[in-house]
Amino acid sequence: MQPIHLAWIDYTILIAYTVFVIGIGFALKRYMKTSSDFLTSGRSIPTWVTGLAFMAANLGALELVGMAASGAKYGIATAHFYWVGAIPAMVFLAVFMMPFYYGSKARSVPEYLKMRFDERVRALNSISFAVMTVFASGISMNALAKLLHQLLGWPYDASLWICSAIVLLYVLKGGLTSAIYTEVLQFFMIVLGFAPLAYLEMKDIGGWDMLKSRLVEVAAHPAAAGLIDKGGKTYPPDAWTHAWSPLLAGPAANPMGVGWFPMVFGLGFVLSFGYWCCNFLVVQRAMAAKNMTAARRTPLIAAVPKMLFPALVILPGMVAAALAVTHQDGYRLPPKPLDAAIYQKMLPAVAQATADGKEGDAALQAVNTALGEDDAKTYKLNAGKIAAIVADNKKAPLSEDSLKSRLQDAVGETDYDGVILSLVKRYCPSGILGLALTGLLASFMSGMAGNVTAFNTIWTYDLYQAYIAPNKSDEHYAWMGRAVTIAGILLSIVCAYLVSQWSNAMDIIQLVFGFVNAPLFATFLLGMFWKRTTSTGAFLGLLGGTATSALFHALSNAAGNNLGIKGGYLWTFMHKGITDLPQCLIFPSDMAQNFWLAVFAFTACLALTAVISLATRRTKSDEELKGLVYSLTPKLKEEGQSWILKPAVLGTLLLICCVIMNIIFW
Amino acid sequence: MGLDIRWPIGFMFSLVGLLLVIYGAATNSDVEMYRRSLGANINIIWGIVLLLFGAGMLLGAVLGRKNPPKS
Repeated sequence: MQPIHLAWIDYTILIAYTVFVIGIGFALKRYMKTSSDFLTSGRSIPTWVTGLAFMAANLGALELVGMAASGAKYGIATAHFYWVGAIPAMVFLAVFMMPFYYGSKARSVPEYLKMRFDERVRALNSISFAVMTVFASGISMNALAKLLHQLLGWPYDASLWICSAIVLLYVLKGGLTSAIYTEVLQFFMIVLGFAPLAYLEMKDIGGWDMLKSRLVEVAAHPAAAGLIDKGGKTYPPDAWTHAWSPLLAGPAANPMGVGWFPMVFGLGFVLSFGYWCCNFLVVQRAMAAKNMTAARRTPLIAAVPKMLFPALVILPGMVAAALAVTHQDGYRLPPKPLDAAIYQKMLPAVAQATADGKEGDAALQAVNTALGEDDAKTYKLNAGKIAAIVADNKKAPLSEDSLKSRLQDAVGETDYDGVILSLVKRYCPSGILGLALTGLLASFMSGMAGNVTAFNTIWTYDLYQAYIAPNKSDEHYAWMGRAVTIAGILLSIVCAYLVSQWSNAMDIIQLVFGFVNAPLFATFLLGMFWKRTTSTGAFLGLLGGTATSALFHALSNAAGNNLGIKGGYLWTFMHKGITDLPQCLIFPSDMAQNFWLAVFAFTACLALTAVISLATRRTKSDEELKGLVYSLTPKLKEEGQSWILKPAVLGTLLLICCVIMNIIFW
Repeated sequence: MGLDIRWPIGFMFSLVGLLLVIYGAATNSDVEMYRRSLGANINIIWGIVLLLFGAGMLLGAVLGRKNPPKS
């Protein structure tokens, strides 16, 4: 991808944004007195602010980039991550779980686990969570720096350090309050930065009906749109334009390769509830609200924009696929970018092929030989384009720049993460361009700040105060909160370099996230709603659930993947030379494998926890569990609120809207 | 917490909106550049939207200061 040229106006917008977020940090500095002010905002933030921050903290996790990529790959079914995944879980958190989190006066999710169970469960959860947040922010910063490098030609190292330094500055000055406040600003920045893009691309393609008819063509020839990893497959006409009917028709009829059961139970129930209800990163925002009512409304407020977000983040990907299938005005999905090392191998090979007078497929073969088997497979060069380059080069030698850009164009593999940027480049003139880029930057920064603020709280309260240095003064913990903020950001930078140097690292980390997250909700569900659940049961159940997910992954695989890091490696240990698994262990896609893994891990954790709880003695009396378990907690009084504003009523309304959305796009 | 977040949001979007309107007006004759946004001067249009949004936030902040929420 050629770097985009930015005009002064674009830089001015970027700088204005940076000045304001840092300014917020400094403005809040004078309110940061105790460790609680810094780490938990002293529970004093207005509801609409925590609501939007709740949504924005999750936004950072590659959402803009990743959801547009999925929109192109899978079409409207990507919205299941919102309408099946997020919304029901957010409503459940507000109606059922928030009273225990907020009412127990716990400062973090692991602390709740300590109150409900014991130190073992807390330690398990807080350590795994602390490691995950650091890696998550590292992955996100690596993606940001890579993007700035490819897009604007900024050096990778400088981008990484400068963006991290900005986040560090405002988090260090204003703590969690600062992170939450800037998340709200970032939320508006993202929405207002990308709304013009959504409007322009819809206008260009000619409206929703036009988009649908183009996507029918995409379903008939995915490869023609550049979705070549679908191979020569074709799908039913509604595969990209309907969310449910392709799922009900079975995994082979939809590009996700997922059936309805793993979608509803695996994603909708296990993974989403595990993330939205048990992940401290998001729950922390609601816990910072000023009172119980505000805390319970936080996820409900967040659910409203969340429900509408697919229009902003998924639609662009769908439009990109539709534009690409007819090559409207020469548009194609962005090819996987070539880097300097690859050019070093390719350029001499092209020169040699020219000198040897290679034609047709022989030219491609020559270049692929120079690339080596792995790279050739990665980039999937187009034979016709390579032959044309060699032929033109023979007629009159091409300049290095033109050779490079034509070689880049000959790459067949699509860079899905580049989809949103290819649209920004296509539709945004200077000015709006700066705004959209600032929105993108904002999404990454809010993600990093969210992770860092969750990390410093967990470290300070759940690890440092609990196990390393209890009974110190509050000033000491406030100091530790700040010190660990710096440490957290430095660790994130280290992780970013790790991921950028060793691409397998990313796959492994994301796998481990999956292993840890999948069983988590079972522990909370039993802990909150069944007083008989014992600490030993919860601890061993959680360990067993995590082990089940790791084992499941080690034994199963997704179609088209080699045995190894993506799954099934245990078989290669047991039988050397094995290349294929029994049919019943191969899932149609990575996503299906992932959702089924969640189903098994959850079930294992639930069953183990229940059985072990029944076999062990309770260590906490009913009195101790008051406020922590549903049946032992007095019903919340909701007097003084009109009935329409009660969480249960609002939640039901939201769910009805959600069902309507699902029906519209059935 | 002492700071009303509507102030910085309001100021920032008013400023950015204003900049976009000015830039849009100054580049209005650049047909080539606005071909990307399908012939519309999206900078002026969206600049006005941002200005209105920023002004709305500032208005909210002013009203909020006059009637501090009871807590």
